[in-house]
Order: sequence, then structure tokens, then C-alpha cells
Amino acid sequence: MLTAEIAKTFKSGVQVKASLQIPDGSSVTVLFGPSGAGKTTILRCVAGLDQLTAGRIVFKDQIWADVASRRHLPTQKRPIGYLFQDYALFPNLHVRDNIGFGLHQLALSDRDERIRRTAESLQVEDLLDRLPTELSGGQQQRVALARSLVREPELLLLDEPLSALDGVARDHVRTELARLLRRLQIPAILVTHDWVDALSLGDRLHVMNRGVVLQQGTPQEVFAKPQHTEVASAVGMENLVAGRVKERSADVVALQVGGAELYAVDPHDGHHEYFVCIRGENVTLETGRAGLSSARNHLRGRVAEVSPAGSLMKVVVDVGFDVAALVTRQAVSDMALAAGAEVFVAFKASAVHLIPKSI
Amino acid sequence: MNWEAIVTTLKLATATAIVLAIIGLPISYWVAFSKWRWKFLVEAIVALPLVLPPTVLGFYVLVAMGPHSPFGRWYDSLTGHGLPFTLEGLVMASTLYSLPFAVQPVAAAFRTIDRRLIEASWTLGVSSWGTFLRVIVPHAKAGLIAGFVLSFAHTVGEFGVVLMVGGNIPGVTRTISIHVYDEVQSMNYASAGTTSLVLLVFSFVILSVVYSLAPNRGRII
Repeated sequence: MLTAEIAKTFKSGVQVKASLQIPDGSSVTVLFGPSGAGKTTILRCVAGLDQLTAGRIVFKDQIWADVASRRHLPTQKRPIGYLFQDYALFPNLHVRDNIGFGLHQLALSDRDERIRRTAESLQVEDLLDRLPTELSGGQQQRVALARSLVREPELLLLDEPLSALDGVARDHVRTELARLLRRLQIPAILVTHDWVDALSLGDRLHVMNRGVVLQQGTPQEVFAKPQHTEVASAVGMENLVAGRVKERSADVVALQVGGAELYAVDPHDGHHEYFVCIRGENVTLETGRAGLSSARNHLRGRVAEVSPAGSLMKVVVDVGFDVAALVTRQAVSDMALAAGAEVFVAFKASAVHLIPKSI
Repeated sequence: MNWEAIVTTLKLATATAIVLAIIGLPISYWVAFSKWRWKFLVEAIVALPLVLPPTVLGFYVLVAMGPHSPFGRWYDSLTGHGLPFTLEGLVMASTLYSLPFAVQPVAAAFRTIDRRLIEASWTLGVSSWGTFLRVIVPHAKAGLIAGFVLSFAHTVGEFGVVLMVGGNIPGVTRTISIHVYDEVQSMNYASAGTTSLVLLVFSFVILSVVYSLAPNRGRII
């Protein structure tokens, strides 16, 4: 169990505050927020790379830091693995020596055995004789993970593990990282500013901005019911619900969401559970069942709530789950949309964004 | 050629470079990584020999070593002889005189090391001393060599401090630069010319070595 009450004041006057409680065993706690929110500071305080201004950190009955009694356990003595944002591999050392860097106290044969085993589990065994500059971004990340895991840490700290990657590589590495984090029997704290990372990797989410935690909960709770406009705008999704695959055919996947069924473009990643995300702008409202339309989803429901949202109106319709549509004020009055009115909700399969739920 | 002067010079320069390698390293480390707010004062003191006339520095060192200073008396009681006009005294004075040449290139090399590599080493359980040897030294190799070579070369070329503290005792404190001065004083231009040429070529070779070590990192001195 990690219990941390962290307060850090920088010379510039910037303050960062957070409290964390993380149980033993496999779990991922995500610190989510824009850059400058203080997420990395929290991670560095847990690692002992930064000193607290106030508060204490206790891990499994061992005091890591306690400002009141002026205690600070050096980073070297904390059983952690730390993944740096750009991986911080030693550029002059081969992959083998990077991974084995922290095993200097072991006998040579034990060392080689540990390096080999860890390299295999992260699929970098073919890269052992290369230099970091000869690796792709994804390979560098796996080598850095191997280096931080080879000493069998009891807590894994990951600082923006995917930010150095882009596009396809990023999606692929994210899926692999999710699997690895499930497999490990230790808790992890992960810092990210990317809501897709937060949603697909996190078990618990702490949303941070300007040095404070704004909201915490499961990723689904936080994203579906953002309590602050910062959280809502960080995600930019009015609709976020959990869904389970019912059927796959060609490029379309049918999902059961609450009491309704909807169609989405199949991401072909083999997952069965997804977070279903739909932007409110992409949802159309119809008073009667329209004829042929390119929208694959037509769901009948009743208006639950109409409220202003900036220059638009937000209309929440219960179709078996709540769908929010963003429409103009003109549309609301033309269609006489009010609580209780019956409407059809329509959106294209391609407007549904699926994020794998890693369980 | 005066071989006696050359041997004296090499002895002095080697001893000084070794002493500076030992005491310069922790000073460089401190200058590069300390966050103390008054650090600039220490940096200024380290750099003083660059701007102070050698005779001024030599004068203070001579006074500090003399029989009227506590340090001079302490050394005398310890060894039975004073420091002025001995090779040990010269090494001490030269160490101070060449200090910036040992500290500045090394501290500059330390500063260019990616901080995260040092922290990565800590998170892998490696002590500060282990990190120094395994991360900092390999990344600062060029700076370390430059620091050593420059403190050696700078000591070879010193004149004012040697004259003040060492005097001109053949085989003990008479170095090449003093020898050249003597030869010119006694109108031996040919001898002064040869010795000067040797020193010129030597200095050029040394500086070429130093700059070849760090061609792209800008100036280290």
C-alpha cells in the first residue's frame, strides 16, 4: 500500500498538491492533465527525485519521506522502477548494459540470466547488442521498460510513456503496455496528458490542473461525468459509455450499450470491451423515422433534458443509455424539443470512436 | 638546450597536474551541480588566477608560505624546512595558479550531461559515487582529458609565480621559462631561441590535442 500526502512549493511560488492511496497488487493509477499541471512533480516526489515541502510518503510500512521528522529515503533505496519521458537510455551503452545497469551487485552469470529473461519477456532479446540510437521509438520504450523492471521493483512509475511515439506506433505500443501492466503484479503510477492513454490504461484516474487534483475516480466515472469544465474540455466528448461487442461483420461491429445496440467501425484490434465515445456535434435528432440515410445508427428515445451549452443547446435523450446531442437553438424550437418528447437519435458508424477497455 | 630546466619543468607540471586532477574534480563537480545561491563567489575565486597578475598571486603565496605566517611555521615544524624556493612550494603555488584550467573544462563538461541520465542511474539503485564513475565520468571524458592536459601545459608556461615563489635555483626551481629569461638577460639569443621554439611547438601540439577532443562542443577554455 502506498499512502502519499504530497505538497511541493517551488522557488517560483508554484504549488503542487496531491494525495494518493494505492493498494498492493496490480493496478494502474493515472495522473492526467495538461502540461504544467504538476503530474510529473508528484511522480518525482514519489521516486525521491524531488523533495517534499510538506507531507509524507509511506510504502508498505516503510517511510519514504516525512517532512515533519525530516526524513527522506534516497531514490536508490526505494524499490521503484522509473520510466522517463524520453526513456533516458544511456547513449554510450549497448542495450544489454542499459538493461543490466542496476544489476552491478549481482554475479556476472546471474546478471546475464536476469537480463536475458527480462529481455525475452519484453521481446527485445534480439536487440541486446545494439546501441540506443539504432532503435525505433517503440523499441527504445521496451528497452527502457526492461531496464526499470529487471530489478523487480515493487512500484512502477511511468512518465508520459507514449508521448515520444506517434500515430500507428503509439496505438500498438499502448495495447502492449496495457497487457504488460495487467501482467505485472505490482501497482503502477502513470502520468499522461492524453485522454486515450488515461482511459485505456488506467484503473483509477486523478485529474490534475494547476497543481491540484480536480477529480478522481475510475476513468469512466471521470470522463462520463466530468465535474469541472477543465476535465470536460480536456476530453471534448459529450458521450462516453461502456460497450460490449455483440457481433462483428466485415468492417462493422455491433455493440451492446446499456439497453441499446449500436454500430461502429471495427478497429480490428481483437478487444471485446470498449469505451464508446461520440461527439455531441455528430449526433443528429429526427422527429420521425427518416427514410434511407447514410447514418447506420437510428435509436428511438425520449428527451430527458435540454440545457444551454455555449451558443448551442445540449439535448440529452434516453435511448437505453443517455446520448447527448449538440444542436442549434432554432432546431430546439422548430422540433419542439422538451423533456418527454419522443425523438430519433442518428449518428454514423464512423462517428463512434472506440477505445479498448483493458481488463 | 638546458636539460636541467626541462626536467625541472616536467617534474613541476606533472606534479601540479596530478594534484589538480585530485582536488579539481570535486571542485568541478560542486561548481557544476551545486544549487547554493552564493556559488558564483566560489566560481569567481576559482577564476581569479586568470585575471590576477602572476606576480600578485606569487606575492600572496610567498607571504602565506613565509616564516611569519602560521601556515609557513606549521609546515616548517612538520618538515624541518620552509616552502619558499623549493619544488613543493612551487607545486602548491602552481596548483593555485592553474586551478581554473583544471576546473573550468571539467565543470563545463559536467554541465552538458543530461540530468535525466544521472537520475535514471539513481532510480536503478546506483549510488551517487557509482553514478559519478559510471555515468558522469564517461560522458565528461573529453573535458577531463582537457582539464588534465591544460593544467599541465599551463604550468609548463608559467613565469611570474615561479619567479616569486621559486626563485631561480638551478635543478630545483629554475624552469624553462625562467631559463629563457636568463638567457635573454645575458644576451644568449641563440639558446633562448631554441628553448622558446621548443616551448612554442609543445604548446601548439597540446592545444591541438585539446581542441580535437571537443570539436563541436564550442570552447572549453
